[in-house]
Amino acid sequence: MGEMKQSVLMKKGAEASLYLADWHDRKVIMKKRLPKKYRLPELDKQVKTYRTIHEPKLIHEAKKAGVPTPTIFLVDVESATIIMEYIEGKQVKKLLSKTSRSERQHICLEIGELIGKLHRYGIIHGDLTTSNMILNSEGKIFFVDFGLGEKSKELEARGVDLHLMKRALQSTHFRFAEECFSTVIEGYSKMLSSENVKNILGKIKEIEKRGRYIAEREGD
Amino acid sequence: MELYCLGIESTADDFAVGITTFNGKILANIISAYVPMEGGIHPRKAARHHARVASRVIEESLKNAGIKPRNLSIIAFSQGPGLGPCLRTGATVARTLASYLGIPLVGVNHCVAHIEIGKLKTDVEDPVTLYVSGGNTIVSAFDSGRYRVFGETLDIALGNCLDVFAREAGLHQSVGEPFGAVVERYAAKGKRLIPLPYTVKGMDMSFSGLLTAAISLLKRGEHKLEDLCYSLQETVFSMVTEVTERALAHTEKEEVLLTGGVAANKRLQSMIRSMAEEHDAEFCVMPKEFAVDNGAMIAWTGVLAYKYGVVTPIEESVVKLKWRLEEVEVLWVK
Ligand SMILES: Nc1ncnc2c1ncn2[C@@H]1O[C@H](COP(=O)(O)OP(=O)(O)O)[C@@H](O)[C@H]1O
Ligand SMILES: [Mg+2]
Repeated sequence: MGEMKQSVLMKKGAEASLYLADWHDRKVIMKKRLPKKYRLPELDKQVKTYRTIHEPKLIHEAKKAGVPTPTIFLVDVESATIIMEYIEGKQVKKLLSKTSRSERQHICLEIGELIGKLHRYGIIHGDLTTSNMILNSEGKIFFVDFGLGEKSKELEARGVDLHLMKRALQSTHFRFAEECFSTVIEGYSKMLSSENVKNILGKIKEIEKRGRYIAEREGD
Repeated sequence: MELYCLGIESTADDFAVGITTFNGKILANIISAYVPMEGGIHPRKAARHHARVASRVIEESLKNAGIKPRNLSIIAFSQGPGLGPCLRTGATVARTLASYLGIPLVGVNHCVAHIEIGKLKTDVEDPVTLYVSGGNTIVSAFDSGRYRVFGETLDIALGNCLDVFAREAGLHQSVGEPFGAVVERYAAKGKRLIPLPYTVKGMDMSFSGLLTAAISLLKRGEHKLEDLCYSLQETVFSMVTEVTERALAHTEKEEVLLTGGVAANKRLQSMIRSMAEEHDAEFCVMPKEFAVDNGAMIAWTGVLAYKYGVVTPIEESVVKLKWRLEEVEVLWVK
């Protein structure tokens, strides 16, 4: 991977460790997916490889859809490592519950528009939480962490994606969850036809009703 | 004078009654399982079973506890979530008992009860809980007054996925052996990992696509059944372990509790234990008697709620089929 200087562990997440490093005079993030002892080694390898290849692809595509993402510099499948641009800013998770109401609405509207742009382009993020969104000093929001994403324009996939966003708001910003989610939808609605939005909202309702016995769903 | 609560559980295929004291001593815990002749649970048939066994199970519980009905202070019942006909049968029994004895009724959320009995029976105090059964797959943790759901299934429950596969494969259960245990038995003899869809989306997971894929491989008959069971288990358990790990990292809690019927699976236990160790978190698994749907957990949660002033007037005691864990205000946890 070449001249990597001074790498500092920035975050040890559940899935990956993120290092902040200097690389060819650039500040970069090195995201390394760690092996999981609980998984069979072959399954572990499959999962890590898939995500390491997949994530940079989607990050790249998202840019084309008009969604700010870090630039990818290098991918090393063998060590499950991605080297990408470091985005200087704050996790939306850390500020959303603390900021003013109008700022919160502004952010949520923007998030909604960005999700709309992804979906319009056929990208599903797969892990829409406020910890995967970074607000930089210019007020631009970047999306990261596309490892669980996919290419799809299916109603189901879009519905699940937004449902995850809603759930993340409920578990992390519960005091403002409803307000935030409806603003997200407001932003989202700017990007897709009202017909589309209506269908997706219907889908979210349906998804929320699932999760119990098949017997029950089959009409009891 | 000791105070007693009788709890009635009837969200799905088991009718169960438990009796606890207000101090958390469990005096009785009796489960009567409805075993369908074939196929999955039929809610109305299960409900008929519940109605048939109700008075016998209640009498037996009182006998085990060594108390008389008039010694009871409150009646608790599982008000949801669950299957309509089953829930309604339990609720009717609970209402009748409470009004006959002239004592308060307390409606309890079934998922909250699984967590509370876990805290009573093991060392955990503030865990990330993985609750996996035939009807539920939920990763939760306490935050600001409620048990928040961090991850769950987007379609069918993990236990249901194993059961349906076992039925499709025509696996034979011995008496009292749950399908999940049969799959575990076969999986133990499997060696080859067959790729199956590994579907984690955010903190949620999906099992129905994977189940369909596993069944179609089964029908093609190219693989050994042992290998299919092995691959199915490895894949679904890795998925729930990953989601539990994400919740643990996110919440920074120091304990993991494994409960629900599927918690009895040794391979799942070893995966969750290994994950917890890596995070220096304590791992606790519920003993089977209290991991499956049971009445003691309902009684104990009823006591906790009642002590904080929760009572359920008859007119508000209608069952809630889709009652979510995070809708419940958990007043007794600070
Ligand atoms: N390119 C980046 N620049 C700056 N911060 C980043 C970058 N990528 C990720 N992060 C930060 O690191 C955290 C973890 O990275 P992420 O890709 O989401 O990994 P994980 O799978 O562990 O969640 C993110 O929540 C974000 O705050
Ligand atoms: Mg992330």
